[in-house]
This record gives sequence, structure tokens and C-alpha cells, in this order.
Amino acid sequence: MKFKERKRRILQVACALVYNCHLPGFFHGRIYQGASKSICVPGLNCYSCPGAVASCPVGSLQTALVSARYKIPCYIVGLLLLAGVIFGRVICGYLCPFGLLQELLYRIPSPKIRKGRWSRRLSLLKYGILIGFVVLFPILFAAPGFCKYLCPAGTLEAGLPLTAVNFALRRLTGVLFTWKTAVLAVVLVSAVLIFRSFCRFLCPLGAFYSLFHKIACLGVEVDKNRCTSCRACVKFCKMDVQMPGDRECIQCGECRNICQEQAVVWKTFRNPVSEKSNRRTGE
Amino acid sequence: MKIKWVRKGLIAAAVILILAGLFRHDAVDVMNKAVRICYECIGIG
Repeated sequence: MKFKERKRRILQVACALVYNCHLPGFFHGRIYQGASKSICVPGLNCYSCPGAVASCPVGSLQTALVSARYKIPCYIVGLLLLAGVIFGRVICGYLCPFGLLQELLYRIPSPKIRKGRWSRRLSLLKYGILIGFVVLFPILFAAPGFCKYLCPAGTLEAGLPLTAVNFALRRLTGVLFTWKTAVLAVVLVSAVLIFRSFCRFLCPLGAFYSLFHKIACLGVEVDKNRCTSCRACVKFCKMDVQMPGDRECIQCGECRNICQEQAVVWKTFRNPVSEKSNRRTGE
Repeated sequence: MKIKWVRKGLIAAAVILILAGLFRHDAVDVMNKAVRICYECIGIG
């Protein structure tokens, strides 16, 4: 593993550990109840995980929409907006434990299903999940649709560990638990075959952060003055990008090593490359 | 230049929303939910 890739991996692991550092919870089958749970972590991390010391932004948003159906949940929306504008999908590439898990699963030797036009089209599904399950379902049906029916992180981090240790909870499991376990199994198996399949096709949080790809303070972008459109970066990338830094890019920066012209650069806070280029061409 | 101003505007809006949420005790509501096991999240419903 190259040095920069290793640094990213270390940061991903550190985040996963920090988000879930309440280790006694795993042994006692109880969740953390401290004040830090009023803050959301930026990545997908179930707040019912016995180790979780903070809240999940997706779960919190749905809960806020359930309880205040026609009022704007200011606090959560503000946190998500702030995270999106500052980090964008850097969160996906560096700060999300579920993204880390999928990358590790993909390293398991197996036949791999490569990206194509089909995957680029399927990547639009996550926007439907964001609107349908995360926003509309709680408003219309007073239930957290994504958490209840789809979220594999909830099953993996919370459902399985809690029911394993807590007999009373285990007795309450039924069809819904079976369904969620099946969803988790499909997500985990597909992560072995398809790079970051959940992130690309299903994750509503990734869908939300992708909306900020042009304006996020952090991330990669292409210096059009240096780019020769060879598309080596696009071919190298396992995500469904059409260009580094677009909505499908998880901003990992690994394509920077591939570009012969050094055209893929990190954005700076003050002067995005696109603005520097425009100033040079007089636009 | 345009991107810079959009960014600043959104950051300002985010901060205002967070402060408004804190004023309305939204953070307490988040905490109250998060300190209880979410039965929907774990598949019990």
C-alpha cells in the first residue's frame, strides 16, 4: 500500500474507533447515554451501536422529521449543510466507517464486477432513496424509513451486537429483523464483488454530500490548463466518475498519483483551481 | 469568485440554522432519541 493510501486508511480506522469508542457497551448490550450524543458524526454510523458516542446524521434527520413533520429540523440540517460545504464527499473517502468496511471487503480475492454505463445509471438510485426514504417517508408515515427498512449499518453495528448479548431483545426479533439481516448480507457480499457498492448505489448520505461537489472547501479537482483529457484518472478510479471531483468522486485523491500531467490537485479554501483557471483565461 | 460567495453564504446559513436549532433545543431532542435504543434501526420495529 502506498504511503498516502496508508495515511487515508489510518484516518478511516481512527474515525471508526473514535465514533465507536464506548467499548463496554458491546459487552453489556447497552448503548452510550452521554451528552456527546447530541452531536452527529459526519459519516454513516448507527447511534444504537453499543459503542457509538455520537449520533448518526441520517437517523437524526429522520427522527427530527418524524417528530416535527412540517417544521424544518434546523439543527440537523445545519450540521449536514456545514459538513457538506466544508468536507463534501471527503467524508465518504476519509471519515465514514461503513465506507472503510466496504473497501476492506473489496480486498477479498474474488471475481470483480467492473463499473460501466449500468453502474453510472444505478448510481442515481441513492438520490431516490434520499428523497423517498429519508425525507418523505418520515413526513408521510411518521417512521424512519431508511433506518427501518434499508440501513445495513444499523443491523451490523447495532442489531446484531445488541441481540447477541441481550436476550430480551433477541426474543423480540421477527420478520423485520430477518429482512434487515438479508439486506445486510446482500450489501456485504456485493461489497466484495463491486467496489463500494452501497456508497455508489444506496447511501443517502453520500447522495446528499455529492450535491456539494462543486462548492465543498475540501476535495480534488482538475486543473484544466494541465489536463490533456487522456482519462487515465477515470479509468483508474473504481467509482463511477466522469472526472475527478465530480458527484461520484469520494475525494480519496488516489488518482493524483496516476495523472502524468499532475492535473489532479487538492482544492484550497481560498482559490479553487477552477476559479484560478478562469481568471487566467479572463472569464 | 462566485463559488467563494456561495460557500460563504452556505456556511453562514448552516451556522444560523445550527444556532436556531440550539435555541429551539433540537440538540436535546437528538440526544434524547440517540440515548435510547432505536428499535427501528436494529430491526425490531
